[in-house]
Amino acid sequence: MMYGVTQFAYIVASALFIFALHWMNDPSTARKGVYAGVAATSVAVLVTWADPSVTHHVWIVLAIGAGFLVGIPLSRVPLTAVPQRTALSHAFGGAAAGLVGTAEFYFRLTEGPEWLTPFRMTALVAEVILGYLTLTGSLMAAGKLQEVKWIPQRPVTYPLQNVINLALFALAVGLAAAIARDPSSAYAPYLFAVIIALALLFGVLLIIPIGGADMPTVIAILNSYAGLSAVAMGFVLDNKLLITAGALDGSSGLILAIIMCKAMNRSFTNVLFGAFGQVAQAKAGSEEKVYKSETIEGAAQVLEQASLVVIIPGYGMAVAQAQHKVRELYDQLKKRGVTVKFAIHPVAGRMPGHMNVLLAEADIPYTDLVEMDEINPDMPQVDVALVVGANDVVNPAARTEKSSPIYGMPIIDADKARSVFAIKRSKNPGFAGIDNELYFADRTWMLFGDAKNVIGELVKQLAGGSGMH
Amino acid sequence: MDLWPTLYVFVLASFIGLGIIRRVSRLLHTPLMSLTNAISAIAVVGAILVTGGDHPFGIRVLGAIALFASMTNIVSGFLITDRMLKMFKTERRGAAGPGVSGGGAHK
Repeated sequence: MMYGVTQFAYIVASALFIFALHWMNDPSTARKGVYAGVAATSVAVLVTWADPSVTHHVWIVLAIGAGFLVGIPLSRVPLTAVPQRTALSHAFGGAAAGLVGTAEFYFRLTEGPEWLTPFRMTALVAEVILGYLTLTGSLMAAGKLQEVKWIPQRPVTYPLQNVINLALFALAVGLAAAIARDPSSAYAPYLFAVIIALALLFGVLLIIPIGGADMPTVIAILNSYAGLSAVAMGFVLDNKLLITAGALDGSSGLILAIIMCKAMNRSFTNVLFGAFGQVAQAKAGSEEKVYKSETIEGAAQVLEQASLVVIIPGYGMAVAQAQHKVRELYDQLKKRGVTVKFAIHPVAGRMPGHMNVLLAEADIPYTDLVEMDEINPDMPQVDVALVVGANDVVNPAARTEKSSPIYGMPIIDADKARSVFAIKRSKNPGFAGIDNELYFADRTWMLFGDAKNVIGELVKQLAGGSGMH
Repeated sequence: MDLWPTLYVFVLASFIGLGIIRRVSRLLHTPLMSLTNAISAIAVVGAILVTGGDHPFGIRVLGAIALFASMTNIVSGFLITDRMLKMFKTERRGAAGPGVSGGGAHK
């Protein structure tokens, strides 16, 4: 009887999860998706809790209470910190899968090793390896995003890096095979502990060669791993709800990672094993090129007289927390009848969709956020392209310069606009260390300074100007 | 051990996932990620069984930590997703007037 009720509830929860993701296809229905997700999770938790084998309720109450205590503050982080929070929650997800797998293994080992069939053992090892490597890998990613001091921002490489990683992975698989052959042997518990240690190490080694610009892809991949570890747990426990939910999460991470890779014109393997960002340093010091600077007054005048302005935000906007000032600029220009659109590159920022969330937070209608592919054909009609803290995603070298590390990456065609203003903090090259031709183009004028201050000044200028009429 | 039906479920669920996720609005990729985070915290099911079962002390401690981690993801994942989604609006009230700041949530 109880079995039937449980299975029925799991089917309902699976259906609700599918609806939750389905409703994310449009911002107007997306919040319904959250409610469906909450309902599904609640049903699953309650029905599992009601299982007759669950007898220690105090522990469960305490752990759930602690989850609320930590989870609520974690949901209130500023939106610029969302990439770190996301990485951190991948780490939590990985830890949960790894720990359940560990507990399951040692419990079954003492209760009856015959339960550990080769199939279950395979699933269990997959769960534990995926879980623990997601734990340390995501912690490293979160550290890099948070710019924690003792985690290097630049990719770290050493000779035979990929060979060593693969060897470690092969060793873990070999140990797993040894346990699966004879789970009741005396050394099995120790081998399992070694596998855990290898997985933890593997997660660190996987992330250190990856630079900050590749974070959107890496976060998406870790998302996928967290989902797959839940799938593996589902195989161990023979629980189809876990498998369904984990597969949904795994495919979501996979699709996001593919979109990110396409947006950078790079392959999966290249992101994971390529150590992007080191080659760029080598080439530098060709002829000195000259920037043209523009004053705030001049820029404000040009903006005021434009009829179509496209703002191209990048990670620099997030760093400078300039999104609210950008909104004020948007308002000022709108008031003057100027059409303002935002051109969003898929990899702008540190995670998929990062810019959209920041601009939505600043209260900019999402109907004015336009994707790269949609805005590019219109770029020649744009009077002013205003680049706010974006660099590589508007670098024309991606189209022309075969030797450039970003060659072939689709970009927003800012250089095709009638005029370009680029706000830049300093005269140094961007994250990838690549010179940007756009800044030296005939129709480009630079506005040097912190993005927030520069835009603030522009707003002041525009507001002051309107007072004189 | 029914391996095949389980594998069957996995393959079908993956196809459903790929189909649905492809249609998710690009605007919402960040909330999508926090939502799938919360959904994959369904590992909570395994954690409850390990924590609440009649197991040795050490095993249940591992379970309780896992339960705590999953619960944190569930709570923070759903809350932050909803918080972000609330911000996506088609228009702002009083957008023309200067000095209008924030507020004006569509309910």
